[in-house]
Amino acid sequence: MFMPEPYQIHQRLDALADCPHWQRLTEGYRNMQLIRTFDKKAVNLQRTGQLGTYASCLGAEAIATAGGMALAREDYFVPYYRDHATQYLRGVPLYQILQYWGGDERGNAFPADTPASRDLPNCVPIATQLPQAAGIATKAKLTHEHAAVLATCGDGGTSRGDFYETLNVAGVWQLPLVVMVNNNQWAISVPGQLQTASRSIAHKAEAAGIEGIRVDGNDLPALLEVLDYALDKARHGKGATLVEAISYRLSDHTTADDASRYRKASELHTAWQHEPIARLRHALVNARQWDAEQETQWQQHCRDVVDDAVKTYLEHPPQVPADMLDHLYATLPASLGRQRQTLSRQQGDPHA
Amino acid sequence: MHNAQQRPQHALPLNLVEAINRALFQAMSDDHRVVLLGEDIATNGGVFRATEGLKAHFGLRRVMDTPLAENLIAGLSVGMASQGLKPVAEIQFMGFIYAALEQLISHAARLRHRTRGRLSCPLVIRAPFGGGIHAPEHHSESTEALFAHVPGLRVVIPSSPSRAYGLLRAAISCPDPVLFLEPKRLYRLQRLPVDLDDAPLPLDRCFTLRPGEDITLISWGAMIHETLAAADHLAQAGIKAEVIDVATLNPLDRDTLVASVSKTGRAVIVHEAPFTGGFGAEIAATLASDALMQLRAPVTRVTGYDTPMPYFAMEREYMPSVERIVAAAKQQMEY
Repeated sequence: MFMPEPYQIHQRLDALADCPHWQRLTEGYRNMQLIRTFDKKAVNLQRTGQLGTYASCLGAEAIATAGGMALAREDYFVPYYRDHATQYLRGVPLYQILQYWGGDERGNAFPADTPASRDLPNCVPIATQLPQAAGIATKAKLTHEHAAVLATCGDGGTSRGDFYETLNVAGVWQLPLVVMVNNNQWAISVPGQLQTASRSIAHKAEAAGIEGIRVDGNDLPALLEVLDYALDKARHGKGATLVEAISYRLSDHTTADDASRYRKASELHTAWQHEPIARLRHALVNARQWDAEQETQWQQHCRDVVDDAVKTYLEHPPQVPADMLDHLYATLPASLGRQRQTLSRQQGDPHA
Repeated sequence: MHNAQQRPQHALPLNLVEAINRALFQAMSDDHRVVLLGEDIATNGGVFRATEGLKAHFGLRRVMDTPLAENLIAGLSVGMASQGLKPVAEIQFMGFIYAALEQLISHAARLRHRTRGRLSCPLVIRAPFGGGIHAPEHHSESTEALFAHVPGLRVVIPSSPSRAYGLLRAAISCPDPVLFLEPKRLYRLQRLPVDLDDAPLPLDRCFTLRPGEDITLISWGAMIHETLAAADHLAQAGIKAEVIDVATLNPLDRDTLVASVSKTGRAVIVHEAPFTGGFGAEIAATLASDALMQLRAPVTRVTGYDTPMPYFAMEREYMPSVERIVAAAKQQMEY
């Protein structure tokens, strides 16, 4: 039974001998590889004008994969915007993730028959998803669900009032909530030491009266242990947890950013030595759970899956312009109906 | 229109805040998904007593005192509403609602839209607004126009106990977010019959409170009181004023407004909020484009001044008076 050490950075990759869940770890490895292949493709699509501004998840693969694997079907996920792996593992098809970043709201219409069907969509205004996650956790508690809510944000998000207000109410109301911060060291160009003078982000749980845990965000088995523990605690009504997952943003903030303007190449080079996928592969290969042949086969599989998703995305018929009016209200108000007619007429619909 | 007179056997004399309380009670009785949250609303029953007795009846799970954070209240409500609850949140005074703007604008109003209907946000935010009760600084604002500009957010303002009852019940049943602004000057002004069995009122309709042929007086909220009094004064001078309570600012019932002004040819719009960019400007623009050929005089707006709401020592001078409305109407008649 995992018991976290207060504010010690939890690691597991270097001590896997007593952690026999190899099947889960190889599955996690496959997921991380898949999402990195997807991520690389998405950046390429943006560079070639086939996708909008895109937030890469390079370096966040372990955090988001652990989230997706630790969540149960009946749980809820409230993302920020670097959680493609979690969304995928919750059942959002990759082509829909592309659709979202391709500027199409249909990317948020997650399939009804998946765990993602109730999850919130990406949240762009920083940390504003956190009070909403507390609201979902309140609903789960009020209706006696055996369910937890996992919400994510970045290190920049911890400077917002939303973050503190959420931890505060989660403590007062003993909410079934886990807030996981992807502390990837950079909020666009602003480094961690300009966000907070706190000893760590996890320490911020102290003032809210909830548990704070630090974990190596490049260590999939450690992340799984921490999230299993925190989500289980939440589901059993034992309160909320703040998880600080320490990683490094290996990408630019988004495709609209150029990180070379504000951080040293040497720092990035060092960070690559700790990136989550190579570390896990190394551990799996050492334990004879993975080999070069499997690697080759899986990489080919990832390319095929991603190519299929891109094909579906690019071949999807465009929305009709009236869609931007039709989904705002449950029923179209008369005043908007008139604007709809005007729009349709401008679009050359003779029946409008 | 709400019609208490037809079924007096079910009508109770209620003031506006009592009508709000009854509507909340009824909605919570009818639908177990309705929950209340806000500051001081549970044990204390709200600073205006709008939620009095509801904790005792429905329990703390459905009537929740929150920590003191308006942004949190709105965010909690969005989260709850996204998963099928129907939260009715109280913001203690409109002057404190601005911390909740981001949740309302960036999330509540667009959740259905941005998920293409996968999720929706059937929440109600209630907030007392407007001046005239000698309240402290930041307790008397009327910033409804800020919210009426937000696509997807209904803005509803009752002006009588029966409309408060019927509109709030409709707001709570509404599958989309509603900002429900309560004119606190009217909370305890007078008791009027409210039929508790009446159907909820429509959320996309203006109410014609008084028919007339000569001029249309358009207002909402507490100013309806001055506007109706002005119509009485004008009647004494032989001027028949039609009085329209806009009631729902967004989406706006342009048809009723345009039809009335097409008939009378004159319009005075009355609101407590500042002049520039006030919601009266939207109505004036609508009349200028849709009733131009019927207008016999330029549309006039009688409003607060383009200053912050003054402290209460001068609030009477700031808010439109019966005299200012009558004078504007007479000027129109002489145009």
